[in-house]
Amino acid sequence: MGDLFVLAISCIFINNILLAQFLGNCPFLGTSKKMETAVGMSMAVIFVLVMAGLITWIVDVYLLKALNVEYLRTVSFILVIASLVQFVEMFLKKSIPGLYAGLGIFLPLITTNCAVMGVCLINIKEDYTFLQTAVSSFAYAVGFGLALILFAGVRERINIARVPKCLQDTSIGLVTAGIIALTFMSFKGMV
Amino acid sequence: MAQSLAKEFTKGLWAELPPFRLVLGLCPVLAVTKSVENGIGMGVATTFVLIFSNLLVSLLRNIIPSKVRIACYVVIIATFVTIVELLMQAYTYGLFLKLGIFIPLIVVNCIVLGRAEAFASKNSPMLSVADGLGIGLGFTLSLAALGAVREFLGNGTLTIWEGLPVFEMGAGFLPFQFMIEAPGAFVGLGLMLCLMNLIGKK
Repeated sequence: MGDLFVLAISCIFINNILLAQFLGNCPFLGTSKKMETAVGMSMAVIFVLVMAGLITWIVDVYLLKALNVEYLRTVSFILVIASLVQFVEMFLKKSIPGLYAGLGIFLPLITTNCAVMGVCLINIKEDYTFLQTAVSSFAYAVGFGLALILFAGVRERINIARVPKCLQDTSIGLVTAGIIALTFMSFKGMV
Repeated sequence: MAQSLAKEFTKGLWAELPPFRLVLGLCPVLAVTKSVENGIGMGVATTFVLIFSNLLVSLLRNIIPSKVRIACYVVIIATFVTIVELLMQAYTYGLFLKLGIFIPLIVVNCIVLGRAEAFASKNSPMLSVADGLGIGLGFTLSLAALGAVREFLGNGTLTIWEGLPVFEMGAGFLPFQFMIEAPGAFVGLGLMLCLMNLIGKK
């Protein structure tokens, strides 16, 4: 139990998916201009990442490794993720329209979010068990949400500040992200 | 014909320079640019995938039904990424280990899918290859440039190929550790983008 807690803490803070591992930076910059979209994206990622992590783990262990065709990992993972996203989208539209209205537009974007694919690959690389995969997928997704929402909060303030013309928009966004990454660096060595 | 080929090729080098102008595919840009060598390796791998996926998408553009086109593109791209992965594992194992999961992640690099959707699906194979080559080269150069800045400031060296520094600062050089760490990537890219904006405006 303690091990799982340590794993969760290290996935959320120390190895933060956005700021330490550099995965999922396109949506990080793309959806962080408004708090609303940032929250929507975070929820969608948490939702999909946990499912994708578990399903790809099952595919890898019981299909790819069992049949000795690990070189098909890239192809099979992307297909699993793409079809999962499509399926989740259709399911939500049909049965939980309220949630779909909130997450809807973010779901297709998740297919090309490298955070999802990246975490699935990390889980396999680290040889996690099923339980560890569940914890790490959830924790990485929470870390993604935490960093994205923090960043969106800062960015909303920057929007009303006077920024030199050449630094505007993405440029100042990246520098700000760098400073946030610096604060996350201080978690290093905590576990 | 030759003129339009050249046009498609050169636009990737400046007008649509991927990480700066399009602001796509930032993850590998930030993650692998700790050194010039990694940057070039990643750039070449991505270029390979770009050229061949563009070619195949363009050849099949009249056959692929438009409703399932994205899925088809993803499979095509994933195939070439697997080829690159196996090739690198066989011939450049050191680099393969350093780039780690970022090689399979070329699949989800928005630049590759973006070019397939925005360009190759509407243009002839020749033009698509030129486009892939141009964008790929631009991507490689950007990675190498950011890698050079970070490696120079953070480590005091410039390495083009495995363990072969072409330039080394003397022993008195105090490395600016910040640039090699994660925050340095964000700040470095942000400032380079600012520089591009400054030059571009004139």
